Parts: sequence; C-alpha cells; structure tokens
Amino acid sequence: MPTITIDALGLDEGGLLLVRRALAELPAGAALTVRGAGPQWATHLGAWAREQGHEMAMRAGPDGAEAVLTRGPWAEGRWLGAMATGRSTLGPGEEPAARADPAWGLAARGATVEAGSPPIAFGLSARDEVWAVTAGELYAQAAAGQWDPQTAIDWDAPFDLPPAIEAAVAQVMTYLIENENAALVVPARHLGQVHPHYREVQQALALQCADEARHIEVFTRRLGLRGHAPMLSTAGGQASLHSLLQAPDFSTATFLLSVLGEGSFITLLTFLQAHAPDPVTRRICRLAARDEARHVAFGMAHLEHRLAAQAGYRTQLQAAVEQRHEALAPTAGLNEEVFDALVLLAAGELTPEAVARGHAAVQQMKADMAAGRRARLLRLGFEHEEARRLSDLHTRNFM
Amino acid sequence: MTRPALVMGAVAYAPKVITIWEGFKAWFAGQGLGFDYVLYSNYEAQVEAQFAGEVDIAWNSPLAWVRAGRMARSRGVSVEAVAMRNTDRDLRSVIVVRADSPLQTLDDLRGRTLGVGAIDSPQATLIPLHHLRAAGLAGGRDFAVRRFDVLSGKHGDHIGGERDAAVALLAGEVDACCMIDGNHLAFGLDGTLPAGSTRVLATTEPYDHCNFTTSPGAPADAVARFVELLLAMRWDDQAVRPLMYLEGVRQWKPGRVSGYPQLETAVDEAAFYGPDGAILDADYHY
Ligand SMILES: [Fe+2]
Ligand SMILES: [Fe+2]
Repeated sequence: MPTITIDALGLDEGGLLLVRRALAELPAGAALTVRGAGPQWATHLGAWAREQGHEMAMRAGPDGAEAVLTRGPWAEGRWLGAMATGRSTLGPGEEPAARADPAWGLAARGATVEAGSPPIAFGLSARDEVWAVTAGELYAQAAAGQWDPQTAIDWDAPFDLPPAIEAAVAQVMTYLIENENAALVVPARHLGQVHPHYREVQQALALQCADEARHIEVFTRRLGLRGHAPMLSTAGGQASLHSLLQAPDFSTATFLLSVLGEGSFITLLTFLQAHAPDPVTRRICRLAARDEARHVAFGMAHLEHRLAAQAGYRTQLQAAVEQRHEALAPTAGLNEEVFDALVLLAAGELTPEAVARGHAAVQQMKADMAAGRRARLLRLGFEHEEARRLSDLHTRNFM
Repeated sequence: MTRPALVMGAVAYAPKVITIWEGFKAWFAGQGLGFDYVLYSNYEAQVEAQFAGEVDIAWNSPLAWVRAGRMARSRGVSVEAVAMRNTDRDLRSVIVVRADSPLQTLDDLRGRTLGVGAIDSPQATLIPLHHLRAAGLAGGRDFAVRRFDVLSGKHGDHIGGERDAAVALLAGEVDACCMIDGNHLAFGLDGTLPAGSTRVLATTEPYDHCNFTTSPGAPADAVARFVELLLAMRWDDQAVRPLMYLEGVRQWKPGRVSGYPQLETAVDEAAFYGPDGAILDADYHY
C-alpha cells in the first residue's frame, strides 16, 4: 500500500495538496497510508475524507497512529461524460471544429470540460462564419507590430504651416477619426460574439480593435497639435459608416469594412503620407497604413475561407454591395470639405496651377482605390465585369 | 388541488435551499415521483408540522430528530430516520484554544470562558457541553459559557455562530471555543483561524447529523420510493451533481439511529427538550 508522510505539515497549511496528489494516483477503492506528525492532522484528515467521500480508518503504525484512506469513486464520477474540445495548437492545414459547442463555454481550446458546465451563447459559433486560415499568423504579426503612440511618433518635430493648410489637416483628421471609430466599433461588436474556440480569430480581432484605438489616438493628437478644434462631420459620411454597422453578419461586415473599405483607406493613407505637409502627419499615416494592411489581409483570408466553404455566399456579398449603394444613393457622398482639404494638401498652396495638380492627384487616388478594390474582388473569385461593377458601386465616402 | 405523493418539510437556513429542492423536485418528477416541499423558518415549526399532518417527511437536523422521536414516543406513534448523507455520519466536534494558551487539559477550563455556537446547535453547543460535563465540568458552574447565537431555530445549520466564536477566540474574548472538526479545517483554509494559531484541546465522540424523518402515518409506498430514488442518485450524473454539491453529499445512505444517543443525553443535561419534546429552555427564541 502506498504511504505518504506529511510530517508536521498541517492540512490547512498545504498538507491537503500532498494527500490529494497521492490519492489521485490511485484507482477508486485503493488505499493510501498517511502518516503525520502535526497536532491536528488526523482530525482534519478525517473531516476532509468524510466531506470528500473517502473512507478513513486509523490504525497503529511503526511511528504512532496512521490513517488508511480508501479512495472514493467520486472524483472519477465528476469527469464522466466530460467533453473534449479540440486541439490547443492547430497543426499545418488543421482547422478548429466546424461547430463550437456552447457548453465548451470559456474553456481553453483543448481543455476537458466537465459535463453540466453552463452553456454560453456565442452568436458566432460556426467555423465557416468566422474562420481565416491565416488568423493565427496575422495575430502574431499584429502582436509583434504594436507600436506605442508616445514613442513611435516625434510629436515635438518642428513645423509651421500656413493656417489654411493646418485647417485642411484638421478637417482630414476629423474625417479619419470618424472612420476609425467605425473601424473599431464594427469588429468590436462581432468580437464578443466569437466563440473562444476560434481563438486565433478572437485574438486577431482583439488586436485589430487595439490598432484602431491607437489610430483614433494619433489622429486626435495630430488634430489638436497646433490648437485646432475638430471640424465638420457630414450626414452622408455618417450614413455610409452607419451602413457598416447594419451589415447582416460578420462575413458581410468584414467584406464591406475590410476588403472594400479599409482596402480603400490604405490608398488614402498612402496618399496622405505622400502629400503630408508635416512630419507628424506623414508618420502617423504610415504607421496606420501598416496596421490597415493586416486588417485587409484578415478580411481577405476570412472571405476566401467563407467562399471556399460556401460558394453561394458570393451572391449575398453582391447583394450587400448593391443594397448599400441603394441606401446611400440619396446621400451626398464624400464630404466636400474633406475633398477640398485633400486637394489643398496635394496642391500645397492656393494657386490655380497648384490646385490643378492637387485635383489631379486626388482623382488619381480615387482611381487607385477602385483598381485596388477590383484586384481584391478578382482574387476572391469574382468575374472581371462583376468586380468592376461592384467596385464602382462602393461608397463614395471611401469607407 | 390534489396533494402530491410525498410532501417534504425543509428549513430555509440559506437561499440555496430553494435551489436544491426545486432541482430535486424536478428530478423526482422526471423519475415519476410526485414530490413537493414546504419551507419552514425553523426546525421547531417543521417538527410540529410533522405531527399536524402538514408534511409526510422532514429533512431534519439531529436535534429535530431527537425532538420528533420524543414527541412520537409520548404520543404512541412512530417516526423513522430513513436516509441521510454520507457526510452526516461520524462527525466530531473539537474544543479549540489559542496555540499559546496556558490551557492544556479540559480541567484547565475551570474559571475560564468557553465560546459556543447557537443555543440550539448540536455540534457547537450541546454536544461539546455534554463532552465537558462527562469530564466533570458543567457550564455556568465550572466555567462561563458565552453563546454566539446566529439564527436560532435553525439548529446551528448556519456556520456564522461557529465563525463568530472562532474570531472571538483569536481576539482573546473567550478562552476556548467549539466547532465541527471540518469547520476547524475550513477556518484554517479560509484564513479565519490562520494555520498554527489554534490548538485542539479536546475532540468529542463521533455522532451523526441530519436525517430524513418520516412523519407519523407517512405513506409507506411514497416514502419507500423516495428513499429508493435518493439511494440511486449518482454523483456522476450531471443532472443532480450540482444539487448534491450544494447539499454537501456525495452519496445518500440509509438512515441509522446509532449516532444520536450522545445528543439525547446532551439535550437532557441541558434541559433543552422534555421527554415529550416540549421546549424547556426559556432562553430559546426562534
Ligand atoms: Fe484604422
Ligand atoms: Fe483597420
């Protein structure tokens, strides 16, 4: 019979751990001898054994009284019908479960979950509705790519802009912030619905939200850097963003926000980087664009998975773009003030020649946006004509 | 309204009592036993209800069992202990002092103050006082008794009295105090009595705790079915495990009455109940 000696260690001082571990190695019905030297060990062991349903008897041992504990069957009983929840680490080409059981709840993927655990309702508990093959990779890139707004940007870099240019920057920042607010709120609303079984997606979305929080911070700080107050926000701009919140499901929201919207947004940030009148604006647009590239990559990877699993879903994406176009038709599209501000930033000054250059640059940016959208739609398997048509139906507000 | 096959009385000593018995009620229904329960605020009312025909069976404290037995005998009827928890068997109480206390034997308690639990607590008051009396020490005569009364009428089911006495012991307000052995361990684990801060001066003889007590004239078939279902209840059945956990039971056992003589004597010594079950202690309010 196995024997453990707890010496003078009290059961209320950690002694229980030794007893529990020794018992755990025995099958139900097997006995363990316990020897102790503390003042209350036998009283406490008896009380604990009674509560746990183990039999205990005292007998004379070589060094005084010793206890014989017979393991009850209760610990095993508890794990009868326990649920397996997949593998913690996915091998190459391996996917998580097609459906995540609500009863797996918040357990770590791969944990053994006791039967009778409370079911927790997660709206997104089907793999094909959330999964992206590269989600884990994109999460790792995002974790490595987090930057500190305080140190990544030289906020004290010297520059001095004419009031009209500074005002143009303030208007563009006002516009960027409301877009970033949408880019934060849309994934955040879905994040809480993702079953934790799809851990990589949960993690990628969480860092996407963190990215957007930083974007909101740096655009807000640049806006006020020279004392400017936020400027104008239009009904058309907000209607366009509002329609993202109304997307019927995660895949459609991701398609509209990330594939079409954030994809276009990268072109805008690249434009601003090229035409930024000051080093702070240049730097923050560069940093934000880098993050956005990951968001677009996740969106593409998810849609690639979804369409591979469910080819018919393409029709729903087409319908979503058409519906959004119809819904936004009566609105004014891109804020005129934003458009003018972009032209002015590209022009650099208010002369006709400069403004002509600026205007042409903004037109080129819009053409680049449309080309990018078409390329991504082609990659998702849309026909050439259809890709062009859907790209053209995309909101004039860029996002 | 037709009365279900079996109506059980239980004392509402904590909110979880509703969770437990609603759960068991549904489970019994699933097994084809029409079962309902009535909650009482104290065990005295519950035992009296057994004799008024209000309930067929009662989930009784050991003290309520003693009273039910006395009332039955004096009336020439019978009550029976038909089932109990595995954890109700062979409990012991301990009398505890501070680790650095000069008290080494029970006799050292003379002239000192003993903290006990509720006036009607078998484990923290009646049985420890009996244990001391058997050693020749009477409370009130040889040592002072300070009661930590929490929820009288609930027969010490509420742990608060034992905890308050333990806290008073550490604070030096009493020289010794009483509790169930398991609570001494629990208070050590939860920090109420830091490990090593106290020492067990004495341990009582083993005694049994709660049981299901039939009422006089209880429907035998329904009682038999109830006991059969209880004994068949399994800890590895997730439908009942949470309820069993709340009730503090791993396995239901048949009732036995061998574990109550100590309490019978304690009740007489304390003049708590008369031989007919009448309540004698004038300080007992519930
Ligand atoms: Fe962003
Ligand atoms: Fe983004």
